[in-house]
Amino acid sequence: MHYSWHWKVLLETEPGGSGTYLHYLIVGLGWTLATALAAWVIALTLGAFVGTVRTTNLRWAVRLGNFYVEIFRNVPLIVQMFLWFFVVPELLPKALGDFVKQMPPPWGSYLPAVMCLGIFTSVRVAEQVRAGINSLPRGQRFAGTAMGLTEAQTYRHVILPQAFRIILPPLTSEFMNVIKNSSVALTIGLLELTGRARAMQEFSFRVFEAFTAATVIYLLTNLIVVLLMRGIEKKVRVPGLIAAGGAPMAGH
Amino acid sequence: MDSGFDFDVIERSLGYLFREGMTFTITLTLIAMTGGIIFGTLLAMMRLSSIKPVSWLAGAYVNLMRSIPLVLVIFWFFFLVPYIGAWVIGSNQPIKVGAFYSAAITFTMFEAAYYCEIMRAGIQSIARGQVWSGYALGLNYWQTMGHIVLPQAFRNMVPVLLTQTIILFQDTSLVYVISATDFLGAASKVANRDYRLVEMYSFVAVVYFIVSYSLSLVVKRLQNRIAIIR
Repeated sequence: MHYSWHWKVLLETEPGGSGTYLHYLIVGLGWTLATALAAWVIALTLGAFVGTVRTTNLRWAVRLGNFYVEIFRNVPLIVQMFLWFFVVPELLPKALGDFVKQMPPPWGSYLPAVMCLGIFTSVRVAEQVRAGINSLPRGQRFAGTAMGLTEAQTYRHVILPQAFRIILPPLTSEFMNVIKNSSVALTIGLLELTGRARAMQEFSFRVFEAFTAATVIYLLTNLIVVLLMRGIEKKVRVPGLIAAGGAPMAGH
Repeated sequence: MDSGFDFDVIERSLGYLFREGMTFTITLTLIAMTGGIIFGTLLAMMRLSSIKPVSWLAGAYVNLMRSIPLVLVIFWFFFLVPYIGAWVIGSNQPIKVGAFYSAAITFTMFEAAYYCEIMRAGIQSIARGQVWSGYALGLNYWQTMGHIVLPQAFRNMVPVLLTQTIILFQDTSLVYVISATDFLGAASKVANRDYRLVEMYSFVAVVYFIVSYSLSLVVKRLQNRIAIIR
């Protein structure tokens, strides 16, 4: 069995006429990053909040937080994607639902994809934040109280600044997960990198060139993120505090 | 879309959803779990090998799989497997492979990379002295691994392996992209035929939630039991 490679296909014009296939894929990477970054903002905000709340003494808030985490952790990402795309607009008030459904492409897919990925990832961020806070010695909290700080002040000035620095490495891998998971948005019609590689394969019949190109682009993106984050980690590291590596976590 | 939640469509399609769809999902999960753990354990042993090219090769494979999206991996294997099959049997046409076999190969190969990392941590959690005592007793590498290290590593890692399997169970729903009829695929077919997307997708979410959440409770209990024994 023999497959004849034809790499020049990357420089041929794609049928949409926007430029070469390579350009077409790079624009896809742009959408991948735009989706991942917007989702990451939601994930960090919600995740930090929910994760912190789950370490407090407010029993009802802890329970509510646990409920939130269990819901979004136990439903597959693609099903959540469908819920945001097909089901949520039907449940909204009619005017708003119609507005969402009539948004021009790609926004009609982009918005649900960002909401879905943001909330899906916030659960994982929340778990990391909680683990980071719990890994701090209890004395830190007592010391805050002893200095006359309120619970909120202790969190703001003592607990959270340390916890966030400890969990930076796992957060890096969560960020790379958002980039990878954004490919699921192709199922609701968002033409991000994987979706465009798939479309390129359909237009040009060059299966392996398209997927190889996408794979290489993903690998390069990962490399850049890892190098960037390594720089940041070095900068904010607390001297004498070793990152909480510990037990391996299952995940993607 | 008329208002009102139509429970009837769910009831009508229950047989199809579970007999066709859920059977596919569960079979795929079990095959990929078994194959993934076996292949993943071998990969972990390769990664920890002192022979440089062997550990490098396993490391490259694992890192590659972990760096690209599962959806892309599914596409890769969907198109690649017919070519590999043709190469294996010496045919000069790509052979036809059904969505199920393609998915089974994909998930086994993909999950192996994740199971590998878990098993690697498991093997490393066993004190080095155990390996040395194995050698001191005259056992060779495979005997030491098979009788001393792996059984303990495996037991230590059972909760994490099972948690990963719950994730695998959820991830199998991505075979939707190659139009396979798993649980989600079956529901999606009914949803589009009867134009009942809200009902079907809500139902799918509820079923996945119940199964995954129950399994995670089982894993939690198991974890506590193992923790007490040690």
